[in-house]
Amino acid sequence: MVAETTAKTLNVTLRVWRQAGPDAPGTFVDYAARNLSSNMSFLEMLDVVNDELTMKGEEPIAFAHDCREGICGTCSCTINGKPHGPGHGIATCQTYMRSFQDGDTIVVEPFRARAFPLVKDLVVDRSAFDRIIQAGGFITARTGSAPDANAIPVPKTDADLAMDAAACIGCGACVAACKNASAMLFVSAKVSQLGLLPQGQPERDHRVLAMVGTMDALGFGNCTNQYECSAACPKTISHDFIARMNRDYLKASVRAAFKPVAAGASGGAG
Amino acid sequence: MAQLDSKVPSGPLADKWRKHKTEIKLVNPANKRKYEVIVVGAGLAGSSAAATLAELGYKVKNFVFHDSPRRAHSIAAQGGINAAKNYQNDGDSVYRLFYDTIKGGDYRSREANVHRLAEVSVNIIDQCVAQGVPFAREYGGLLANRSFGGAQVSRTFYARGQTGQQLLLGAYSALSRMIGAGAIELHTHSEMLDLVIVDGQAKGIIVRDLITGEISRHAADAVVLATGGYGNVFNLSTYARGSNVTAIWRAYKRGACMANPCYTQIHPTCIPVTGDYQSKLTLMSESLRNDGRIWVPKRKEDRLKPPASIPEADRDYYLERIYPSFGNLCPRDVASRAAKRVCDEGRGVGETGLGVYLDFAEAIGRLGEAAVRERYGNLFDIYHEITAESAYQQPMRIYPAVHYTMGGLWVDYNLMSNVPGLFVLGEANFSDHGANRLGASALMQGLADGYFVIPYTIGDYLAGQKPGSRPSADGPEFKAAEENVRSATSRLLGIKGKEPVSHFHKRLGKIMWEHCGMARTRAGLEEALKMIPALREEFWANVNVPGSAATLNQALEQAGRVGDFLEFGELLCLDALKREESCGGHFREEYQYPDGECKRDDTNFGHVAAWEYQGPGRAPLRNIEPLNYEFVKMSVRNYK
Amino acid sequence: MAITGVILIGFVIGHLVGNLQVFQDPDHLNGYAAFLHHLGPLLWVARIGLLLAVVIHIWAATVLTLENHAAREVKYGVKHTIQATLSSRLMRWTGVVVLAFLLYHLAHFTLGFVQVATFKENLQLYTMSGDYRVAGFPVVKAGAEVLDVRTMVILGFQQPVVALFYLVAVGLLSLHLLHGFDSLFQTLGWRSEKWARALRAIVIVFCAAYFFLNATIPASVLLGRLKVAEPVHPAAQR
Repeated sequence: MVAETTAKTLNVTLRVWRQAGPDAPGTFVDYAARNLSSNMSFLEMLDVVNDELTMKGEEPIAFAHDCREGICGTCSCTINGKPHGPGHGIATCQTYMRSFQDGDTIVVEPFRARAFPLVKDLVVDRSAFDRIIQAGGFITARTGSAPDANAIPVPKTDADLAMDAAACIGCGACVAACKNASAMLFVSAKVSQLGLLPQGQPERDHRVLAMVGTMDALGFGNCTNQYECSAACPKTISHDFIARMNRDYLKASVRAAFKPVAAGASGGAG
Repeated sequence: MAQLDSKVPSGPLADKWRKHKTEIKLVNPANKRKYEVIVVGAGLAGSSAAATLAELGYKVKNFVFHDSPRRAHSIAAQGGINAAKNYQNDGDSVYRLFYDTIKGGDYRSREANVHRLAEVSVNIIDQCVAQGVPFAREYGGLLANRSFGGAQVSRTFYARGQTGQQLLLGAYSALSRMIGAGAIELHTHSEMLDLVIVDGQAKGIIVRDLITGEISRHAADAVVLATGGYGNVFNLSTYARGSNVTAIWRAYKRGACMANPCYTQIHPTCIPVTGDYQSKLTLMSESLRNDGRIWVPKRKEDRLKPPASIPEADRDYYLERIYPSFGNLCPRDVASRAAKRVCDEGRGVGETGLGVYLDFAEAIGRLGEAAVRERYGNLFDIYHEITAESAYQQPMRIYPAVHYTMGGLWVDYNLMSNVPGLFVLGEANFSDHGANRLGASALMQGLADGYFVIPYTIGDYLAGQKPGSRPSADGPEFKAAEENVRSATSRLLGIKGKEPVSHFHKRLGKIMWEHCGMARTRAGLEEALKMIPALREEFWANVNVPGSAATLNQALEQAGRVGDFLEFGELLCLDALKREESCGGHFREEYQYPDGECKRDDTNFGHVAAWEYQGPGRAPLRNIEPLNYEFVKMSVRNYK
Repeated sequence: MAITGVILIGFVIGHLVGNLQVFQDPDHLNGYAAFLHHLGPLLWVARIGLLLAVVIHIWAATVLTLENHAAREVKYGVKHTIQATLSSRLMRWTGVVVLAFLLYHLAHFTLGFVQVATFKENLQLYTMSGDYRVAGFPVVKAGAEVLDVRTMVILGFQQPVVALFYLVAVGLLSLHLLHGFDSLFQTLGWRSEKWARALRAIVIVFCAAYFFLNATIPASVLLGRLKVAEPVHPAAQR
């Protein structure tokens, strides 16, 4: 069997959230998308619809996208109520039209969260994630100051688990899927990745406290342990990392309350 | 005529960088904060450079067109990063990595640059591990390596199939740390649309905020471009849709030389095109060739038959036939051209005829399906996602696709272009890969430039600039450049033609792929050089860019980029036409050995071609930087 | 939420164990009730502690709910659940119903506002036929006259509406626990990759057992298996 013979043609109705800007009123608008190949990706379908809109003199639908291979985390969209569409463990850009039936109505909405303000149509501002990372999602290692890479062995199991967490693409689907728009999965993935590695130990307590504090301040919701986040995650990052972060957070809070602070800690070298 | 002084230090190869570092000028620590550096781009090169310069004390402004620095396309690199650590005790060394890179680049790169790259490769791994990059490890907790891209030693470090992602996130975390510390001013959704030259030196950029449409002027003491490659000139490629040539093209139009644009790398194992709606080609890891056998039917008539119904005797395992010793594992460019040849003969499979089979039936028979699943399961899943076909039951169909561009802005040993104050890093420059890049070397170069080269070499330039001598962003050069950007924007919006931008991009891509793709001919290139200006003219007469300049307008962004590709594509073809030899990723059918291998002409083309803009409507000038091979003897690559 | 949840789970377990004494001879439940009453100030400490736990639990739930609503100002046009369990999605509602039941339950068996005629203080006192022992120590001596809690319970459940409400409420509480009990391991970070499944199984078994054991009391009354003990003349015992 050759693939092209399996390609079907389908017509769908797109019900897309259109909103000219953050303060403009938004509404759903229906578009007929005709003669689509089932081998088209969802974003290619939007490309086609946009070209048709352009030729009709209408403004195309703004949507976020870049790599189109599921790694950059730019594409978003909630498709029929599910972030990144009907598939499991894939991003919107990896969703193909063969996942839909001829005659379907497909509802496309932006990710919705107060911490992700809407920019236009399907595009939202996810810079809150960057701010969380800036608060502590790193290991301080000035360029040039690193010891030999093999100086500190890392147990393979820890390195593998850290890699599971590090696979996060920062797309925000966890927030979009969470009933409470919580960012716990995103934050816990970074906290766990760095917390699992020996290099991440010196800043471990500060990191978890600072990142969680920033997350709360940015207006994300709370975790109610429903695990919609991991179910929607295009990289299937486990919510076990949230438990791990909760443990780290509790320990760090207790330690922070009792830890002695050096008298000269706040002063510089002078 | 541009002055192309490579500034390669004298002395033995292995001592050049060490010596250079001790001889170049330093900036006094107290003075560093008085210098402002603009870094455009936040891929591996951009984010590592911005973070490191900020750590040194410079004031840094970082501009990215993405919504976050973490989205840059470095993130999509799969395979790994090379480093001459010799952790495997298999005889690797800095010299071997240097030599492999020089040879892999078909003797068209600068020896001194490549040696430096190999030297600092070891520091990159140290740095990344310290940042928490979760590289693959052995059970003892030490780092694992694999052999990659036909290298004879195992020097590739990797993090599953997501090495680029992990390295980028490492650099992004360093960048984020310095942003959090207030040492870097981050501008997201900010596209550089012009370079500002004051008194012959790069002193600022003009930026459009993609959300608000606001156009702003930014002055600095030096400008660093790390804006990636230009493969999207072919429209269909493995690049992200947003990747573009605009920043370096606009710098070119301000006097920076564009070097070797015709060196483009075509990756042999990508998923073939299925229809004209297609926006993207997806790479399937090269590792598949370790166990997969590549074939097409012997007879044209069989090409649409179900592969299983074609008996062994009627199949042509052409790589095994032509290259008996390397077989399915021959280098990227060789494998790609062979695929094109059999498809040109009409034996390509799939409806479009542009595909060859990569068959795992033999491997499944030999190893069992479970073992094949363990090795390649994730790749088979990706393939299934895209094509809805199971590679366990039927052969994959693959075809080559544009994957990397070795050419870019010309830079000297300090990574400074011929425009003083303008530095170019990573894929955006031309420096290290010659005519062909080896696997797992792109990540190495991006991070080498950003972490370990520019922090030293930019000091040499800045030390010559008086602190506080930075021009005001209100100066006449800035205002003129801003006006230039504004008028280009309103011109695009004012055309109100009939065709959307994407149609022009597709048409340009077809011209480039057909005439300047895997195999190029004089006639084809001359034809392309007629077609591209005509298409460009049509674009400026008939493109339809809806919406306004004052909001997020993706069609406008795209129009600007495609407009640049329509100019740049012409230069690429011109460079390909003028380089009358075959080398690495540049294959001219007229210049080949009887067996189809590249026939280099070291006497007449053992040089870098650096094109210099001469103004609109005027032919660009082809400058030459001779490549003096002091330490390595140029020889013929042979993979038979 | 998790910490108050732990306290409340501890309470409902203890409460159930105490209640199951209804199946033994009247000395047990009545002696147990008398013992609790005799604790005096300790009983009040426990009561106030529990009340605080309930108040904090509700307060935290309210704050979380408000914050969570605020975290998504514009709702989705299409509501879709990928895998969140029914119990997790109904927490708010099961919580409210359980609270309503709790108030009724206190009014019924502790304060005597409903079914006044069969409230323990309006029933004939019960005379202990043997010692009620806790950890081997006799805490309520034989012959002591105590409130007849067991009769009150049985008479109460003989009203089908009351029994039904109890059954429904206990069912919802079990559903509440199904998410709450599981959840606290996650919130406190005790859940780990390795035994998440086993933990889930334990929680499911616990909640099912909790429901069935609680349900046996009204069910047995309704089915006539559990009856008010005939007043026994002390002399007849021998």
